[in-house]
Amino acid sequence: MFDDDQENRRDFLKCMAWAGTGALFTFGAGVPASIGLDAAIAAPMRGRAAARPFTFVQLSDSHIGFNKPPNADARATFREAIAKVKALPVQPDFIIHTGDVSQLSRDDEFDDAEQMLKTTGLPVFFVPGEHDMLDPEGGKAFLDRFGKGTRGAGWYSFDHGGVHFVALVNVADLKPGGMGNLGADQLAWLKVDLAGHSASTPIVVFAHIPLWTVYADWGWGTDDAAEALKLLARFGSVTILNGHIHQIAQKVEGRIAFHTARSTAFPQPAPGTAPSPGPLKVPAEQLHSMLGITDAMFVRGHDRIALIDSTLTS
Amino acid sequence: MTRGFKMLTFQAATLVASGLMISTIPATTRAAPVPAAVTIENFTFKAPLLTVKLGTTVTWTNGDDIPHTVVSKDGLFKSKVLDTGDRFSFTFAKPGQFGYFCSLHPHMTGMIAVKA
Repeated sequence: MFDDDQENRRDFLKCMAWAGTGALFTFGAGVPASIGLDAAIAAPMRGRAAARPFTFVQLSDSHIGFNKPPNADARATFREAIAKVKALPVQPDFIIHTGDVSQLSRDDEFDDAEQMLKTTGLPVFFVPGEHDMLDPEGGKAFLDRFGKGTRGAGWYSFDHGGVHFVALVNVADLKPGGMGNLGADQLAWLKVDLAGHSASTPIVVFAHIPLWTVYADWGWGTDDAAEALKLLARFGSVTILNGHIHQIAQKVEGRIAFHTARSTAFPQPAPGTAPSPGPLKVPAEQLHSMLGITDAMFVRGHDRIALIDSTLTS
Repeated sequence: MTRGFKMLTFQAATLVASGLMISTIPATTRAAPVPAAVTIENFTFKAPLLTVKLGTTVTWTNGDDIPHTVVSKDGLFKSKVLDTGDRFSFTFAKPGQFGYFCSLHPHMTGMIAVKA
């Protein structure tokens, strides 16, 4: 997970110091930095540009239908996560869900997730996780409900507040012995999609499995992610948001910041610390401190996005 | 329902089954290979390489808390999603080496070697 470059390693460690405690992670113009939340709020706006600041929320790995230790009711914890979104002091413009909406791709699981999300009254942008591809037609149930108007296995892009958002799918047509996979068709689309944007456009990419190799032995990476990162390299500000590993991991590589979100259903072990990546069976009183949401704040003029992770602990 | 009645039912069923075995199944099938089993545990197929006789039925059982699938690399067989405790069986009718993997967690791979 660590880069060989000592600078990056140092920055990463600085960032990690905040993880799990209400992390704030910032970057800008190739100079990654990590500061405390209070300092960020007090930071002066740069003089230029006056687009309205906005926030969005990342939810991930809700696994609706999961009912085993350590969480007998993943619906209940997802409902708590949504209550947390509704209680945010600044309401987000929209929500992104970075996959594994369901446990087994069942209609009732998708439907319950959809109904709960509807109570926020916010637009929700989805990408599928591998758990959302388990219907007999390999993802059709998910796409029919959450992927209308998308391409291929469910990829798309949109613009909001001067930021270009790209939703990628790396859980379709996985290859034996491999990890996540984007595939040639999606990469060709991505090249065309990004071509129309200037290097100064802030880019947010979201996908289920991390787009950097967190831990190959558990398949926590994407085989052809390097192809996508090459296409993103010319942009001054790129934020990549993933899920899948049910814990926070962060890395900065050049002008690209990587971040994974907590699950709202169950935690997974840190890389290599358990015989398998199966659910971490924590005691009931610890569970809520290991589940959470990520609030992302974009302020035009700062050229950076602040990511604030918070747990479901009240 | 009493315990005695259950016992009786079980015995009766066994008798019927044995009778069927003797009366209707030809001698050649009686020598059918012993079924084989692969357990899925900790995101691995145990054993990763299993050698069986031609005609063996292999049954995979998911012992994890997370769903898995059993999908052959060459399209010969493909299970539905296996939740905890679910099973999938396939009978190998031709000799050869058959690699397979979990389509959710493709780093999980295994091989069945079928000998004539």
